[in-house]
Amino acid sequence: MKILVAVKRVIDYNVQVRVKEDGTGVVTDNVKMSSNPPDDNAIEEAVKIKEAGKATEIIAITVGEEKSQETVRKALAVGADRGILIKTEGTVEPLAVAKALQKIVEKEKPDLVFMGKQAIDDDCNQTGQMLSALLNWPQATFASKIEIKDRTLEVTREIDEGLETIEVNLPAIVTCDLRLNEPRYASLPNIMKSKKKPLEILTAADLGVDITPRVQQIKVEEPPKRKAGIKVASVAELVSKLKNEAKVI
Amino acid sequence: MSVLLIAEHNNKEVRPFTLNAITAASQMDGDVHVLLIGNNCGDVAKLLSEMPAVKKVLHAEAPHYENYLAENFAPLVVKVSENYSHIVSSANTFGKNLMPRIAAHLDISQVSDITKVISADTFIRPIYAGNAFATVKSTDTKKCITIRPTSFEPCETSGGSAPIEKIEATEEFTLSKFIKREEVKSDRPELGTARIVVSGGRGMQNGENFKLITDIADKLNAAIGASRAAVDAGYISNEHQVGQTGKVVVPDLYIAVGISGAIQHLAGMKESKIIVAINKDGEAPIFSVADYGLEADLFEALPQFLEELNKLNSIQK
Repeated sequence: MKILVAVKRVIDYNVQVRVKEDGTGVVTDNVKMSSNPPDDNAIEEAVKIKEAGKATEIIAITVGEEKSQETVRKALAVGADRGILIKTEGTVEPLAVAKALQKIVEKEKPDLVFMGKQAIDDDCNQTGQMLSALLNWPQATFASKIEIKDRTLEVTREIDEGLETIEVNLPAIVTCDLRLNEPRYASLPNIMKSKKKPLEILTAADLGVDITPRVQQIKVEEPPKRKAGIKVASVAELVSKLKNEAKVI
Repeated sequence: MSVLLIAEHNNKEVRPFTLNAITAASQMDGDVHVLLIGNNCGDVAKLLSEMPAVKKVLHAEAPHYENYLAENFAPLVVKVSENYSHIVSSANTFGKNLMPRIAAHLDISQVSDITKVISADTFIRPIYAGNAFATVKSTDTKKCITIRPTSFEPCETSGGSAPIEKIEATEEFTLSKFIKREEVKSDRPELGTARIVVSGGRGMQNGENFKLITDIADKLNAAIGASRAAVDAGYISNEHQVGQTGKVVVPDLYIAVGISGAIQHLAGMKESKIIVAINKDGEAPIFSVADYGLEADLFEALPQFLEELNKLNSIQK
């Protein structure tokens, strides 16, 4: 079995994001970048499946600027066998990413495609579902547990009401929740070894995919600031404030 | 052109966020048609037809629509979509799972999780866990939109009489199969729509200690929330998680107990009207968004809080 894992380079989840003064976006210069957290779960799950002897090859892929190679290298250091970067400039919308991934899937013919359920930068939560639509494959989104059967996959999904279990035939797309597993850290020797693993660089034009944005970003603003609150000295004071000042209880 | 709103329901009742989505849809265009896809869901069709903002109900029935698999729903929506300018659903796990599948079939770049309708093609949506708000304009002829339910009021549910039109079902997608759903039944208000939410974090230390939260929630008729840390640690189940990758809540009162206030948690609750933080670490970031902060050990504070509530003559419901 061959597994393709899509990853994305985003602003690190610990960074307090700031809006640019001219309203054209958020500050990314000299800001720490990392792999999108649920994509780490996607890689981890693929590596676990390979370690269990159920997969033969893991390909890590990303769509993004030149520096996104770092994110693919990280996946290689954790256990992916080879990498692909589809090099782009500027904003690439989920639909365009899904179209680029579709081309790679048609070429590589993986049995499974994993990715995080959502990227923490644009918070779109679209790419996996779009890719499965384009391929007309089953989709198992927000996965917190995966069990591989013969040619099917049993997936537990986190939904608003609780948990849902579905069974999908392979090939299939799975988007991963943060609770799917505990991503490992790459060891130094593995980081060194990953530098020798193959990483192919392509462009959207090579794949014949039009990635022109369809949604114009008119402006980006800071959220309204909350006015500073107060510290109360006791529980009694808190309850009194909630009852008599805020009038919420 | 009209707006096509995809109803979320359980074949018996309309799920509450459908009402918020109808309000958002009617701000894009007054002619809102609701598409109801389900199995033996005639009662739901009737409920939808009574909503004054709904101008028509399209009703499709088939056994394979019973469990809302996106693979079964999407082809029908695509088939119906021809006469519509917008396709809308709520940005909860139902809409998040379904809408991108529809959008990709239609070659539309979806706009997710909008908090405001500026015009028929321009919307505001949060990005970076709500640390920025983007005004975006869709240039596709048709729009696929998911809406943040807590940013729109629920629509009226009675007084209307929209016609119900039966439409033909599409074929079953046989490569995906529903197995089971484990819903946690509770008499409490739903987390997404509750007036008061009491949430616990890692500071609760274990699942048993959540009893302290439950007691207060019972007293206040509140829903129970949790930080991701508390859910990851197994103190409480996933449907309670508030935050960037969990639920977004905007209650009148949000009480955060033993929650440090990571950016990802704040993303899910910082629009709440009144925020209370109870934490023994006076430097915890949660205090920066709290209207009332109490620096205290929660294991002492929560029993006292319950005691003080018991002393009150009345509590709002």
